[in-house]
Amino acid sequence: MSAPLATSFLQDPDFINACYIVAFSLFIIGLSKLTSPTTAVQGNKIAAFGMLIAVVATLLNPALDGSEFLLIAIGLIVGTAVGIPAAVNVKMTAMPQMVALFNGVGGGAVALIAWSEFRQLGGDLSADLATGIPLVFAAIVGSISFWGSNIAFGKLQGLISGSPVKIPAGLFVNIGLLAVAVGAGIAILTGSTSEGLFILILLAAAVLGNLAVLPIGGADMPVVISTLNAFTGLSAAAAGIALDNTALIVAGMIVGASGTILTDQMAKAMNRSIGSVLMGGFGGTAPAVEGGDSETGGTVRSTSAADVAILMAYARQVVVVPGYGMAVAQAQHAVRELAKELERRNIEVKYAIHPVAGRMPGHMNVLLAEADVPYDQLKEMDDINPEFGRTDVAIVIGANDVTNPDARLKSDSPIYGMPILNVDESKQVIVLKRSMASGFAGIENPLFFNEKTQMLFGDAKSSVSEITSELGSL
Amino acid sequence: MDLLTEIAILLLAAFVGFQVISKVPNTLHTPLMSGTNAIHGIVLLGGLIAIAHADGALEKLILVIAITFGTINVVGGFLVTDRMLSMFKKKPEPPKADVEEAKPPAEAKPPADAAPPAEPA
Repeated sequence: MSAPLATSFLQDPDFINACYIVAFSLFIIGLSKLTSPTTAVQGNKIAAFGMLIAVVATLLNPALDGSEFLLIAIGLIVGTAVGIPAAVNVKMTAMPQMVALFNGVGGGAVALIAWSEFRQLGGDLSADLATGIPLVFAAIVGSISFWGSNIAFGKLQGLISGSPVKIPAGLFVNIGLLAVAVGAGIAILTGSTSEGLFILILLAAAVLGNLAVLPIGGADMPVVISTLNAFTGLSAAAAGIALDNTALIVAGMIVGASGTILTDQMAKAMNRSIGSVLMGGFGGTAPAVEGGDSETGGTVRSTSAADVAILMAYARQVVVVPGYGMAVAQAQHAVRELAKELERRNIEVKYAIHPVAGRMPGHMNVLLAEADVPYDQLKEMDDINPEFGRTDVAIVIGANDVTNPDARLKSDSPIYGMPILNVDESKQVIVLKRSMASGFAGIENPLFFNEKTQMLFGDAKSSVSEITSELGSL
Repeated sequence: MDLLTEIAILLLAAFVGFQVISKVPNTLHTPLMSGTNAIHGIVLLGGLIAIAHADGALEKLILVIAITFGTINVVGGFLVTDRMLSMFKKKPEPPKADVEEAKPPAEAKPPADAAPPAEPA
């Protein structure tokens, strides 16, 4: 505190806290600009600027001295050196796993900070429960988030099987692990100073994070990623309470709230409870559809790119229905080319985006934006559904369950009640598909047997390009 | 700080979060998620605060890792969000051209903790 006047003003805790107020105000302003694509770029920059202010203000802390600055510099430099190339090089199709990874390191940071604070307090968390309880919470939730996100990353990246992995008595094992973590936490909060117990908390939560995400299948990933995002936010807020830092509390809680909203919206879009998603995917719980084709039974008509081109050439409105298959085939640019060719012929093109199409909320929108599709052509489910009736051709590219009419019609279907895109109401339906394998949910899709439907088998990208070139030569 | 004050802040932040985020359209859900993801990189501050009073090699090591993780979260998160958002374009008014008109190019540099403006690959 004997620093020169100017320095001591900057290092005044009140000044630092004032900076935090500016920082979280900028977060809120930035996020509120995310409500429209026209202001969103600016909003993100505003939030990033707020983060810069928060970091600089924290570095003014008079308790920091030379040796710590060196360590901090190492952390900042290494983190930047890892973060920039990852962010710059990632393909848009790989965005879900990138977000999972960034989310995971955030959770990991929280868990590590909690561990270090535990050591700093000499393991005595019982003296001040207002610090102790948030620290234990941060340790448990941060660790779950770190490991859960890593598993989600592995699944999305294809390092681990994307389909649901059934763990015997998984629910009981998970409840047991949570009980171990919470029990160890209570022991520490009531007087134990054992570091082993604290590490047990981190480990039990780590195994729980792994086992909780492993059984969840790919199509449920939008829910999982949103949930983990909320978890990391909440754990950051808890760390903020433990460290008496308002910036952490506000920013962490806002993320916790937003992740919770998104999770809820995604679960609603699948007509499932968050609980049922987190208990394991369709493939794990729903009975396999036996003899399902006895009812749907019809024949599948396959078609050729040339025929599709002719069909489209006489259409007035074409609706593109993209799904995860479009991302896998990297077909978004080919789709855009097709749309341009159609628009050149004064055919109206719209895109029907189901909220859970893809592997994270809004995944399809990002891919199509990458291909320069104007966002005002991207229609949300409620806006496009009334349009299918006056749509001449709906072209379904790598989407399956989100178009399954059983969700509307067949009350014993596992997906009954899920809001879907009413593709079957259009005059003609073209389905681009690799093969007749059923969708993620393992459910037959009667759309494929509908008399208005024709299937175009093969890789989505080359199929779309073929249609475009056939159309061009008409 | 008083625990009750902190809980008050926590609750208010939750309400602000719910209010702001419920207005974001589906179209922007991925950038929203990655943007909020970057914001929870604020845990970086926790590492910076904790290292000021850390003693012992293990604690310092733990915190350097935490700071590294937090930095990856912040830098990567904001940068990738910027990259995504710069791709969202409105339909150009005159039907002739179809690229790079509707939206002004990203003029400002990304914030100082980020790198040169990321061009969509």
